[in-house]
Amino acid sequence: MSVKKINKDAFISFIDNLTKGRNVIGVQANGDRFDFALLDSAKDLRLDYDLTVQPPKKYFLPPVETLLRYDIGAGYKSVFDDTGFVLIGVHPYDMVAINQMDRIFSQDNYDAHYMRRRNNATIIASDVMTPSKNVFAGSMGTATVKDGFDILITDIGDAYLAEIASKKGQELAAKADGLVAPTKADLKKRQDLWDENQKRLNKHQLKCRPCDIPKLLDKAYNHPVWQEKAQTCFSCGSCNLVCPTCYCFNVQDYVNWDMKSGTRDRAWDGCLLDGFAKVAGGHDFRKNREDRFRHRLYRKGKYVPEKIGGEIACVGCGRCIDACLPDIANPVNVYNRLVDDLGLE
Amino acid sequence: MSKPITIEKDIYLPQLATVEKRRLMNATEMYLRLTMDEGLFDYVPGQFVEVSVPGIGEAPITISSSPTQKDYFELVVRRIGNVTNAIHRLRLGDKVGVRGPYGNGAYPVEEAKGRNLVFICGGIGLVPQRSFVNYVLDKRDDYGEITIILGTKCMAQRFFQSELDGWSHRKDIHFMETIDEADDCWQGNVGVVTTLIPRIEKELTSALVFVCGPPIMYKFVLLALEEAKVPRENIFLNLERKMKCGVGKCGHCQINDLYVCIDGPVFRYSDLAVAPEAI
Repeated sequence: MSVKKINKDAFISFIDNLTKGRNVIGVQANGDRFDFALLDSAKDLRLDYDLTVQPPKKYFLPPVETLLRYDIGAGYKSVFDDTGFVLIGVHPYDMVAINQMDRIFSQDNYDAHYMRRRNNATIIASDVMTPSKNVFAGSMGTATVKDGFDILITDIGDAYLAEIASKKGQELAAKADGLVAPTKADLKKRQDLWDENQKRLNKHQLKCRPCDIPKLLDKAYNHPVWQEKAQTCFSCGSCNLVCPTCYCFNVQDYVNWDMKSGTRDRAWDGCLLDGFAKVAGGHDFRKNREDRFRHRLYRKGKYVPEKIGGEIACVGCGRCIDACLPDIANPVNVYNRLVDDLGLE
Repeated sequence: MSKPITIEKDIYLPQLATVEKRRLMNATEMYLRLTMDEGLFDYVPGQFVEVSVPGIGEAPITISSSPTQKDYFELVVRRIGNVTNAIHRLRLGDKVGVRGPYGNGAYPVEEAKGRNLVFICGGIGLVPQRSFVNYVLDKRDDYGEITIILGTKCMAQRFFQSELDGWSHRKDIHFMETIDEADDCWQGNVGVVTTLIPRIEKELTSALVFVCGPPIMYKFVLLALEEAKVPRENIFLNLERKMKCGVGKCGHCQINDLYVCIDGPVFRYSDLAVAPEAI
């Protein structure tokens, strides 16, 4: 809606003020890596980070969450988390992933557990200053982002530009002092960073457009690459664990010590894990590793895109590449191999 | 996301139902008659419900009764996992949680009108088919010839015996049964269900064919139907998968890009051409 300029000191006191009286989650250093965590003070905020270990998805779809409470014989009650929070430092590729998750959880059957958390959140996204080792957002069209955030922060050297994109963003920005109109030169600096990020956030170059991937996969089902790659797969699910667009879950009942009440919780699940498709009685509908390996890349490149209007469900964050011990998870390597072998026609 | 919240229904919240009847039908199959404590319960043959036993969990179970029967619905549950074992322990008057009915891909009740119908059932595959069979029998004039073939592994696993006897005595349906491992008491056909298929070749032409049984059965039945030149458009398969949510989110029941919970559980065979994981 509007772009404002704020100098860095004013920004820090703005964030410090935010942390008083509400949950503010921001990117912080954790050893030699970074992660989203509850922010006590603005000095811990690291907007120069390259990549967080976990995507911010965990604040909307927690690793474990309680869906229901029950009393045996008396029925079930929904449990919702309406705490609300401000999330600071979401990179564009992660913002795109959140936008995709929003579609998944709001369309068809509206998932009120996810959506209430989402609707109660205010997101301050930030443009990438330091490219991570394996990022390929440039290839996926996610090096910059146009929507989904409430405020987008861009570091232009001596100050930040803040694009205020929603009513929630406006309300939050009203608490900041020293917002001024940016000059043309400021805006050009931001545009230059955006242009530059398209190129430098691309450590793995996809040999086709993202929109070519579904068609490519149409003819790749029996390609040897699935078996070749899966040969060294541990079925550990690390690629699922760090992925900002993985949302499969398991649901399980827990009983309290009184043996009369308890909770029904959902927890992240991973389609690479052995037994993901195994039913009671022992029949496993996706028993082979290569089938599970292929399923992940088909979900990212074809199945989920069909559900969300065509957008590829891989945002190029590169986390799966970092996480994969046998180094087989890189989607670009697989898709490029298919382009080489099968062509795009 | 600045859109206000408008929809607050919790898709994961079960409603309570009461066990009105229960009967162990053989060593592993429990028949249950349930009524919802509140509200109406309308469904289409082939749809399923998520049944919750508090503290144990939830499992997807296809409804076995016909929706022409409005006051209650029936399930038949095989004792095989945690939840189904807990269902077997339920007593009269006990409460269970029910979500659903689910499954946009139910039996094609409209398309089937005026057509000849063939039901091929293997073992517990009889349970979902029974919903549509009884529906068709309640609206007998709307449908053409009805042929049912059923294969069961052994005598001890037969269930719904009196209902099956009823079917076999009706003049307006053609019912055949076979037992794979028969004993001396069995006077009927012996062998797997596919051995009956050559005997219904005449009925198969131009009929809609509904198949439900264990995973392995589909492979052989489909080969036999191929041989009998039944077009794939006329074949419907009732598929089972692991399922956690029933509403297209959790990802467990996916068959390639299809979801058993929202696209099925009854699939037209020709629609599965793009889903190699199906069979």
